[in-house]
Amino acid sequence: MALERYDIAVIGAGVIGCAIARAFTLDGAKVVVLEKAADVLDGASKGNSAILHTGFDAPEGSLEQRCVAEGHAEYLSIREGLGLPLDPCGALVLAWNAEEEARLPALLAQGHANGVRDATPLTAAQIRSEEPNLSPRLRAGFRVPGESLIDPWSAPHAYLLQALLNGATLLRNAEVTGGQHDGTDWHLDTAAGPLRAGLVINAAGLWGDLLDERLLGQRDFTIRPRKGQFVVYDKSAAALARHILLPVPTEKTKGIVLCRTAFGNLLVGPTAEDQEDRVTAALVPDTLAALRAKGEEILPRLRDHEVTSLYAGLRPATQYKEYRIKAHPDRAMITVGGIRSTGLSSALGTAKHVRALAETLGHRAAPLADPVTPRLPNISATAPRDCHAPGHDGLICPCEEVTRREVEAALTGPLAPNTLAGLKRRTRVTMGRCQGFYCSAALARLTEGRLAQPMTGPTDRMED
Amino acid sequence: MTRIAIIGAGPTGLSAAATLASAGHAVTVIEREPEPGGIPRHCGHSPYGMREYRRLLSGRAYARRLAATAATAGAQIRLSTHVTALHPGGRIDLLTPDGPETLTPDRVLLAMGCRESSRAARMIGGTKPGGVLNTGALQGLVYLDHLTPFRRPVILGTEMVAFSALLTCRHAGIRPVAMVEPGPRPIARFPAALLPKALGVPLLTRTQVTAIEGEDRVRAIHLATPKGARRIEADGLILTGLFRPETQLLRPGPVLLDPGTGGPQIDQYGRCSDPAYFAAGNLLRGVETAGHCWAEGRAVAQAVLADLEGHLPAPETGCALTTGAPLRYVLPQRIVTGDLPPAFPQLYLRLAEPARGTLLLTAPETQAALGQIDSRPERRLSLPLPAPSVAAAEVTLRQP
Repeated sequence: MALERYDIAVIGAGVIGCAIARAFTLDGAKVVVLEKAADVLDGASKGNSAILHTGFDAPEGSLEQRCVAEGHAEYLSIREGLGLPLDPCGALVLAWNAEEEARLPALLAQGHANGVRDATPLTAAQIRSEEPNLSPRLRAGFRVPGESLIDPWSAPHAYLLQALLNGATLLRNAEVTGGQHDGTDWHLDTAAGPLRAGLVINAAGLWGDLLDERLLGQRDFTIRPRKGQFVVYDKSAAALARHILLPVPTEKTKGIVLCRTAFGNLLVGPTAEDQEDRVTAALVPDTLAALRAKGEEILPRLRDHEVTSLYAGLRPATQYKEYRIKAHPDRAMITVGGIRSTGLSSALGTAKHVRALAETLGHRAAPLADPVTPRLPNISATAPRDCHAPGHDGLICPCEEVTRREVEAALTGPLAPNTLAGLKRRTRVTMGRCQGFYCSAALARLTEGRLAQPMTGPTDRMED
Repeated sequence: MTRIAIIGAGPTGLSAAATLASAGHAVTVIEREPEPGGIPRHCGHSPYGMREYRRLLSGRAYARRLAATAATAGAQIRLSTHVTALHPGGRIDLLTPDGPETLTPDRVLLAMGCRESSRAARMIGGTKPGGVLNTGALQGLVYLDHLTPFRRPVILGTEMVAFSALLTCRHAGIRPVAMVEPGPRPIARFPAALLPKALGVPLLTRTQVTAIEGEDRVRAIHLATPKGARRIEADGLILTGLFRPETQLLRPGPVLLDPGTGGPQIDQYGRCSDPAYFAAGNLLRGVETAGHCWAEGRAVAQAVLADLEGHLPAPETGCALTTGAPLRYVLPQRIVTGDLPPAFPQLYLRLAEPARGTLLLTAPETQAALGQIDSRPERRLSLPLPAPSVAAAEVTLRQP
């Protein structure tokens, strides 16, 4: 039997893979997305700071800067159609000592050079009139109005769902175990069976270098996972800051951010800790305590608020600061690697860049005349939620106001989750203050037999 | 007929509802769960009901009985209904299965109870696999849904509820591998503390849970013991106790909260800083027994009745009480001036750390001894309610 053939195989269903799958599908290509985990967004994309950056602080003339700027612009143009939230709160870059203050003019000039022309300097007094809860140690800063808060999971879900509804195929639990290029097509072996593809896109994130090695026998970079730990404060703390509060960035990291989230909490993080492990992002109490102390140094009143959750993510950093995006013309493959920390902002721009690279490899597009545009249910605090409309069948998660109807809807359709973690990302269920105290039992009942990886083991039904 | 809204259909709210409805008032109890009863509803084991019904009941039977008593008295219980905001003067916003709604009752009784601290609030490190639960969630799974989330968990904590978790495990055929207590001895009193030994579960004191290991499911629990780090193979972790008042609704106002209890500030009638609101039960300070809450609900309901008849002393009079280390809180936080018998006839105190000495009521110019204590943080202390003649006083401890 002939193997199923696709024009494009995208390996990795993180935010980058999802955006690339959408771009090629809308271009008329037959696309398959191969994800080795049980659900999408299970690697680097599962934990980030959920900010839509402008790229003001990216290196001038870099590919990263261009992808972030274009990704930002495209998000703004497509988000309403897809039902994606935006909280255009703007950011303040804050200097806390003389050294940081001295670096502000150059950073502002860099922002202007990067096309972020509306960034404007502010005195400490001007900043405190807008952010009265900031510590009085503040020296100076500047405003970047375009920095915004978004939902880090609905966005990639929307990209992938649009691809799926327009003909793309998603295979989960489908690790690519090997492959050969026969001069025309790739023959890929996957955990979900073999298939053929005209062009392979490596969007494998934390595994990108190893996948290059597996398919090409060589790699141009080495992933050095960089862990970021975060502390999420209760929704009661969200009123403490109106803007995204950014530090003066360093060569290695954008530094520790304080901001509200699209879900109405207040976030402090991330740390930047290099490690070898590509899978485990362990929470470390001492580091988290230091993060809290840092947050409370900037916003002293944070002390009065409870911590709702802790999380840690891994960024696929490499030995290079710049993205590692490279076409391999003789092997019909494009590597999209080293999308370090700006992936959520740059994904749509990165996808555009990859599409252009594919053309240089001979890929020809015939854009869909009338593509389907799905509208994602709003789970952010920026617009009314499902619970405000009648017939929602009760709240299953009171803390996050998640309705039974929302969970039912999330459990159906082409992008239904396989895991509880996936269901949380789609609905926010159990992600609130009580962290499952009230809703775990009802949720286990509602999802029984409907998640490939159940909340309780398959043999765990007690005899009544 | 006066309209009274009660938020929460646990033992506190339901006993208050029965009292107020029996007196002829229009009582609406608002409950976000699909069934009334509160925490006892999740609890399949005894003992409940001795104080209230003079018989031994399981938690579920007790919950059913409380709800039936309130309903028979004429209270309306609205289920699957959430309160989303409280406004000054008692106006409350609801989210019902049919959408938003606003109520304008004459009085509101806050009886939202408490919940156990989450993993995040305890700052436990490691990964975030499935199989990490509070007792509340465990009991829901076991008794309501007949599911077992794990087979060999570690139990963290030794408050009374931890032994309830142990009984729940036993009921479900779950065999805990250890019970872990950061302090030097179990917090719950004899005879509960004998239970682990009777069931063959090692009790490790002076031990902290430092990290959770595992990807999809828990694989091991990492401990810091007096003898150093230790790794125990386990497939779950039960986080028990460290109850916190369920105050998410109260954060934006209009009632003032007490940083010591974490709950609303009240006077000896259970009246909050906005006098349209009263509060009772575990919302005030974390966990007490269901029977204690039931009695408190009744007592505060009597105060509400007195208030509706104009007999309650004026609010914001009398003496405001504060405290500080080594004391964690005093309750009530205000003693208003008046002769009406109080809903809280005693002053409740908690220590933040083990301490002994003489409790003093201290104000500028005056100091009065309230009594001697020698106690630990887990014990509830009570003293006769003082009647201070000053506008503000601090409860302090003179240590020897």
